[in-house]
Order: sequence, then structure tokens, then C-alpha cells
Amino acid sequence: MSDNVVNSVSKTLDKLYKEPLKQLETLIGATGLPVYKDPKSGALLWVDVRELRLRFTLSVNKIAKFVDGLREGKLLYTVCKRCGAKFFPPQADCPRCKASDMEWRETSPVGELITWTVINVKPASFSHHADYVVGIVKMPDGFNITAWVEADPKTLKPGMKMRLLVDRRPGENYITYWFKPA
Amino acid sequence: MRKVAVVGVGTSKFGNRTDVSLPELAWESVKEALDDARLGTEDIEAFVVGNVGGWSSEMLPAVVVGEYCGLVPKSGVRVEAACATGSAAVRTAYHMVASGESDIVMVIGVEKMNESPTPTVVEFIGRAGNYFWEFENFGLTFPGYYALYATAYMHRYGATEEDLCKVAVKNHYYGSLNPKAQFQKAITVEECLNSRYVAWPLKLYDSSPITDGSSAVILASEEAAKKITDTPVWIKAIGYANGTANLSKRLDFIGLEAAQIAAQMAYKKAGIDPLEPVKYLDVAEVHDCFTIAEIMAYEDLGFAKRGEGYKLVREGQTYIGGLIPVNVDGGLKAKGHPIGATGVSMIAELTRQLRQQVEKSRQAPIRKGMALAHNIGGTGHYAFVTILSLS
Repeated sequence: MSDNVVNSVSKTLDKLYKEPLKQLETLIGATGLPVYKDPKSGALLWVDVRELRLRFTLSVNKIAKFVDGLREGKLLYTVCKRCGAKFFPPQADCPRCKASDMEWRETSPVGELITWTVINVKPASFSHHADYVVGIVKMPDGFNITAWVEADPKTLKPGMKMRLLVDRRPGENYITYWFKPA
Repeated sequence: MRKVAVVGVGTSKFGNRTDVSLPELAWESVKEALDDARLGTEDIEAFVVGNVGGWSSEMLPAVVVGEYCGLVPKSGVRVEAACATGSAAVRTAYHMVASGESDIVMVIGVEKMNESPTPTVVEFIGRAGNYFWEFENFGLTFPGYYALYATAYMHRYGATEEDLCKVAVKNHYYGSLNPKAQFQKAITVEECLNSRYVAWPLKLYDSSPITDGSSAVILASEEAAKKITDTPVWIKAIGYANGTANLSKRLDFIGLEAAQIAAQMAYKKAGIDPLEPVKYLDVAEVHDCFTIAEIMAYEDLGFAKRGEGYKLVREGQTYIGGLIPVNVDGGLKAKGHPIGATGVSMIAELTRQLRQQVEKSRQAPIRKGMALAHNIGGTGHYAFVTILSLS
């Protein structure tokens, strides 16, 4: 099976939690209780035996055109047909004039880097990646976009031109968007 | 609106508190606050619990804390405003008293972050923005959000990683003098500079830790306060504002707009000249979840001009004896940052500073009788500025 986001995240979580779970089983088997002494503090701890797994399902129903756009390799934003307000992330509703009649437009291909960081200590669900650069890019369309920047961070400077890409992310295999120096 | 005073304060030891459960941790500060005010639980009419949770097992922390601390049946609720949860809880209680609804209300901030392993906590805090557009696809972390500000600030104004480290050195120094701080060890600029990056350009020593802790304050109406204490500390003003969820929607990355608005609102209510706030203040607590956050706070609060905040710390102006002492309890950086308790502990600390009751080595000189707490939720997603006064 090729690498994708689902199996990569599962592998990390297995690595993190399999060993402690085995220890918990052994502990209960041997002592009858999920209780141990913290080696650092000496405090007595009860390990929760009811594991909770979280995976949310989010509605993208009202921004279905955004999802269609990703499929076609395009990043879309919304413009309120009544007042002209522009939204990225795309919004289905305009709070300014209370209308919900939006025009969908494709973002410009190039923007300017405002700021960036390198994520060195990663969340578990991203730890299958090497350190990644997250930047905020000012688009000529009148809004900014937050996304990964595929570049050596040492070469980055404020104001650098950035080209937007929409494609399957290597190693995760789902379609998202990122920037590359133009 | 009635005047509202702080009449009792308590703070637990901050740190990795494997020795206590969440309600036991809350009780440590509740008891200290009750003893400080010489009150019993029967005197408390209502309470507000500040807790963010997610990483800890209790879904309904206010009722669990209420039951354990003997606060049933009273009017108890939980409030949440990310890392400014404690200030939001103080603000809620303030209005309960100011409106005339209650005479004596207790605020309890409590957080037990170490009930979950560190990767889970990193995962949760990384989601403190706009989930889908920042975390789901781009894996931002909490240091990452502030690092976006640090990069922009340093490029614009020429501040260096060494300048940022000087904030950590100051706050660790004061943490070493505070027996309740998580870190009680002074550090050097070199140690900070040599620590590993967590979100470039921010390093481990630029960051506040994962902390368990609680803090409680008792608020009372003027009439009730005068019966309880000879040294009431008045809440002169609370300013608060929020910011956009997506950082991409911000105009710039050199300061927090929400904090600027909250400060203006608080200064106006307290009669403080926004051009020279330090002339009115003896001491301040500011939200140094990361070193860059303290530097931006100096500017957002008007302690320094825009782009000159890092010079204050470079010149040592925020140590005791300088322009204005800041975070002389160690700040979030060294005292620790138990999310929901942090804002409450700022009020507890400033109350004790104004009463001149803290350890001598870290007592700010009290001449003007006013102090300021600046508490930020998320990355400028919420901002609270609270002014306390002896008169």
C-alpha cells in the first residue's frame, strides 16, 4: 500500500500508544488494578481504561464548489454578489449584507510571502513529515492564504513571490494546496 | 454599576502535579483564597470556573470542582476563552457583583494538562485557531502561530533571537524567586540560544511549559469588601476584545490588535493616559506564552513605541528598578501556564504585589497603587486587560 495520510497517521499513533497499552494490560493482569507509581514524582496514578478516539466529520456541503475546485486543481474563493466582499477561506454567507448569494472565483496564481515558520516539533498526526514550512501569503485578490511553503527556509525573505499549487500532497496523497517560490 | 474588590486570593504550586486530581488541585487555591479573606464556603454566593480542558478527563469541571469544594447548591458556571479563560472568568464574576446580582463571588481557574501525554496536548493546542484552514491541512502548532509573528517582527524591526532570550532570562530569574513557580532555576542567554527550535525562530526556552495549576480569587461588592478586609484591591477596569480565528485575516504580524483595543478600553475606563501608561502603574503581568508575546505586549500596551519593545528588555527596563517591572512572578514562561488558571493567577499575584505581600526579593515598589494584567487567548484571538488599584 502506498503512503497516504490515513496509514501514516495510524502508524504514528500505533508507535506512540501500542507499548503503553501492553504495559497497561500487564499491570492489570498482575495487580488487578490499572494503578502505578509515577517513577519521577512517586505519585500514585490510575490509567484511564476507557480510551476515547476522536475523528471529526466536518460539513463542507455549503462550500462544495471549493471541493470541486480542488478536484480540478483550482483554489476557489467567494465574492458576495451584492456587496463585493471577498472571502478566503470561502464563506457561503456574507455577514456584511446578510446575503448568501456568492460568486466563486479562482485565486490568482502568484502572491507575496508575508511571514513564515518552520514546524520543528510536530503534532503526532503530522510527525511522519520532515520539518515543514508554514507561510502566510498576500494574494493580489485582496486576501491572504495560509499554507505550506515548499522551499529551503534559509532562502525565504518577506515579499518573495510565491506560486500557488493545487495537487495531491506527496506522502499523504490527498488534494490540498501549497506554495513554491515563483 | 457597583465597585468590585478583590478580597481574597490563592494560588497552587504550578508544575507537573501528578500528586493531585483536578478538584484537589482547585481546592488548594480555593482554601488559600478563603483563608486569605477569612471566609468559609457558606459565604460564597456564586462561583465561576475557568477551565479549557480536552486534555483532562472531566467534561463538566465547574460541577466537579463545585461538589469537591462544597459550593453546592450555588450559582456556578464554567467559562472559556482559550489562554485568557482566567480573565474571562474574572470578568464574568466582576459583572455578577457589579450588577448587584451577588455580593461575594469566587473565581476558580484550574487546568490539569498533564492528564494527557504531551503529543495529545500539542495536538489540542495546535487546533487553537481555525481548525480546517490552519490545522487539518497545515499542522500548525501553538509555537508555530507565535513564530509567524516573531518572523515578521524580527524582519521588520531588527530584533534578534538573543533579544527574545533576554525575556526568558528575566522571567526565569523571577521564577527562581517564586516558590510556586514551575521552573525555579535561573537560565543564561547562552542556554536559551542553545536550546532546540520548536517552531523556528522560537526555541524551547522561548516557550512556556505544559502546566497543572489552579488559582482562585474572591470578588466582593464595596459594602461586603469593607467588612472582610482593610486592604481591598479594586478592579478599576476590564478591557477586552477578540481577533479573527484565521491568522491569515490579520492586517499585520507585528502586534495583536485585540490587545491594543483591550488596552485602550481599560485605560479609558481607569482614567489612564494611553500615551504614558507606565506613569500610572507600579507593576504588570503580561502574557508571555512565548518570549515574542511579551515584547509585543510592551508595545500593544503602550509601555514602548511600536518596534521598540525589544529595546526595553535589552536595557533591562522591565526588571524591578526599571521603567516598569513585568512578570516578576516568573510569568507564564517560568511560573508556568495552566491555561484556565493563568489569568486568575495574574490577578492573585498583582493583588499580593499591591498589598506588598510577595517574597521580598521580587516585591515591586508600590508607589502609585495601580497594576495591570494582560492576558491573551490563543494568538490574539482573545485579549483581556485588567487594571487593579488600591484606591
